[in-house]
Amino acid sequence: MQLGNLATPATWQPMTASLGRILILASLLVSTVGAILAYAAGAKKSLDGLKWARRFAFAFAGCMALATFVMEYALLTHDFTVSYVAQVGSRSVPTWVTIVSLWSSLEGSILFWGFVLGIYIAGATWLTRNEHVEYMAYAIGTWLVCGTFFGFLIAGPASPFGTVAQPPADGPGPNPLLQNHLLMIIHPPFLYLGYVGMTIPFGFATAALLRGRLGLTFLKPLRNALLLPWIFLTIAIMLGGWWAYEVLGWGGYWAWDPVENASLLPWLTATAALHSAIVMERRGVLKGWTVTLVQASFLLTILGTFMTRSGVFNSVHSFTQSSIGPTILVFLAFILVASIVLLAMRIDSLEAEGRIDGALSREAMFLFNNLIFVLITFTVLIGTCFPLIVEAIKGKQMSVGRPYFDSMVVPAGAALIFLLGIGPALPWGRANKQQAIRSLVPPLIGAVIVAAIGFAVGARNGWTLATLAFGGYAAWVTLAEMWRPVAQRMKNGESILNATSQAQWKRGRRRFGSYVIHAGAVIVIISIAVSSTMRTSHEATLHKGETATIKGYTLRFLGTDVRNEVNRVATVARFTLIKDGREITTLEPRMNQYTMMREPIGTPAVHTTLGGDVYVSIMNIDASSETVGVLMIYTPMVGWIWYAVLLMGLGGVIALIPVRRVYAVSPEPIVVDAESATAS
Amino acid sequence: MTIEMSETARVRKQTRLFMVGAILVAAIAFVVIAAGGINKNLVYYWTPTDLYANGDKAVGATIRLGGMVAPGSIQNKVGVSGVEFDVKDAGRIVHVKSSGVPPQMFRENIGVVVEGTMTKQGYFQCHRLMVSHNNEYRAPKAGHKMSKEELEKLMKTTEGLKD
Repeated sequence: MQLGNLATPATWQPMTASLGRILILASLLVSTVGAILAYAAGAKKSLDGLKWARRFAFAFAGCMALATFVMEYALLTHDFTVSYVAQVGSRSVPTWVTIVSLWSSLEGSILFWGFVLGIYIAGATWLTRNEHVEYMAYAIGTWLVCGTFFGFLIAGPASPFGTVAQPPADGPGPNPLLQNHLLMIIHPPFLYLGYVGMTIPFGFATAALLRGRLGLTFLKPLRNALLLPWIFLTIAIMLGGWWAYEVLGWGGYWAWDPVENASLLPWLTATAALHSAIVMERRGVLKGWTVTLVQASFLLTILGTFMTRSGVFNSVHSFTQSSIGPTILVFLAFILVASIVLLAMRIDSLEAEGRIDGALSREAMFLFNNLIFVLITFTVLIGTCFPLIVEAIKGKQMSVGRPYFDSMVVPAGAALIFLLGIGPALPWGRANKQQAIRSLVPPLIGAVIVAAIGFAVGARNGWTLATLAFGGYAAWVTLAEMWRPVAQRMKNGESILNATSQAQWKRGRRRFGSYVIHAGAVIVIISIAVSSTMRTSHEATLHKGETATIKGYTLRFLGTDVRNEVNRVATVARFTLIKDGREITTLEPRMNQYTMMREPIGTPAVHTTLGGDVYVSIMNIDASSETVGVLMIYTPMVGWIWYAVLLMGLGGVIALIPVRRVYAVSPEPIVVDAESATAS
Repeated sequence: MTIEMSETARVRKQTRLFMVGAILVAAIAFVVIAAGGINKNLVYYWTPTDLYANGDKAVGATIRLGGMVAPGSIQNKVGVSGVEFDVKDAGRIVHVKSSGVPPQMFRENIGVVVEGTMTKQGYFQCHRLMVSHNNEYRAPKAGHKMSKEELEKLMKTTEGLKD
């Protein structure tokens, strides 16, 4: 084995690349054979076959993990005989940059995808080892088909393990935009954990279709398999926005960019599916619909990979220059056709066991929720793909501007937060008038309070005020629903501590988790509405000692510094931020000039407070004459978004932790109180 | 054999038909609204030659104009932040007025993408000025005239301050 890149004889050098290639070919072989075996086992209902399919699933995960370790080893030892290392490696970057280089460029990120896929497949196979025998062979088979595809992609079109005949002494290092902020270490892994994880519920859904049956016991793994990647994807989308905010320097976090949209699309359908799964569980309806949403979520992750990885948005006509784009497109088409055919053949067998009655019921609100999520999905999908279609047909280049997305999604978002309030307030089944009034009227207090606070601090935009009112309503309902089971237990004589731990943690954890997610969602939607409609910005050119003012904050330019750092030279503008005559903090936005780059990259400086952020971004800087062109932005509540999304993730984790149930006689608890009811 | 449906089955079928109809109407309405929204908010990727070829259509439309900053054309306004310059391709030249502070890399002979609209007065009012920010580390050739293909690539890959 290779121990040090300089000390080892030259003949050993290409070994790493070859070892990587062998491992990838092995994973491709294992997943192909495993998939065929698993489907055969499913068709024949063979338990021995299933046992072997499981072994192949583990073997696939093992090969992918080993191949990834080989790549990390090559990166860390700066083995430039490996093509990917020659492409993104550099001796002059910090070690953490070298480690995360794995996902800094196309080939490595696809390998990382394979690694994550392996972990998911092994994990899901392990967790279901004693259960759902009638479905599992088909599920494992479907996962391994995806494994085969990615194995093929890594082995051929996107191979990171090419051998470089004349290895360079040093490489260029990864894209500096990625080196520029620590959030870039965690954003891609979360995104992949979200994206790739959608394979697992897709496998379960396909298995249900192939079996022609979606039993209620099979719902739980489907729902949990959906929830886990949903948590990662939710956080990943936020991290992407946060990173854009901290790095790109325009003071916003979302621009309806195709890359951003690609991450949002599967999240929308997955969120819809999580909700419809609850109706399915409670009422036995919407089986085919839920399965469709799960399939759509998976398809949208593949579409997203195609959109972000094929370069199709740079030019419709040149994406065929690499074979990655067409390969993903073929896979996408195959999965799409297979899913539709399967759905058409089997949808009747997923027969509803119950029905929805009454428009004024919680389940009806779930339907509206699903409708809105699907509408947003189509809105974003159409707006994202429209320029591609026009370019492909007419050869004209254009894009769809931000106002389109805003004008479509803002009303939909307001409708969502409205439903987020009235949905959980309404009871399951048909609600009579009295019930409806009793549960729908009190939260209006919350709506009035929040809207009034918003108005008092200067919110005048109609949509913002509506969002604040709906948000206040929803917050009231959410807190009331959290309190209700505790109150019920306390009425029965339990202490408040005991009642809380029983109701929220020991018994009603899933319900509690859902309401934590809702609480986070309310804060997120309100913060988005406020931060996007109430920000102020100011541009100025300052000489040393001059000041500029925004929203009561005064920024004084102290001068410039040039700093030599490991992989870059930074030109820093030093500012003091002054409020009410008091110096609060120093802000140091900068221009980073990376060693291997032609152009510098600006990094803004942000001062975060509970009320809002002061954001200072350098447009241009001249160290010799000590002048700087700055963009100052004050954005209220923007920092809330990041933490509220983390709260949503936490709620997801709470809902995911299995509740240990003590069964007395019947396997289902007969308590029909609020605890066993799931939140919307 | 009786072919009459039971009462509940008929009601069910009617409900289903009604549902399908409602969804169809909603879907059509959605497509119409979305198409209208897209149509109103298109951003055209044009070179100076394209801009003049489209004549009056350019006035008021949102345009991403890509080209080179013509040498000797940059005029910084004294006292206020803002800059005026000419953007050219192989054939035509467009005068651009920008009110913001130009980015660090902004200079003569560099590939530039400006977003804004054409005014009746014949100049381009820019609200967003972006300088080519690609990841390659080769220096651009001085005085190099960019082809239409190169400019289109430039317009699509250039990222900058948004809004």
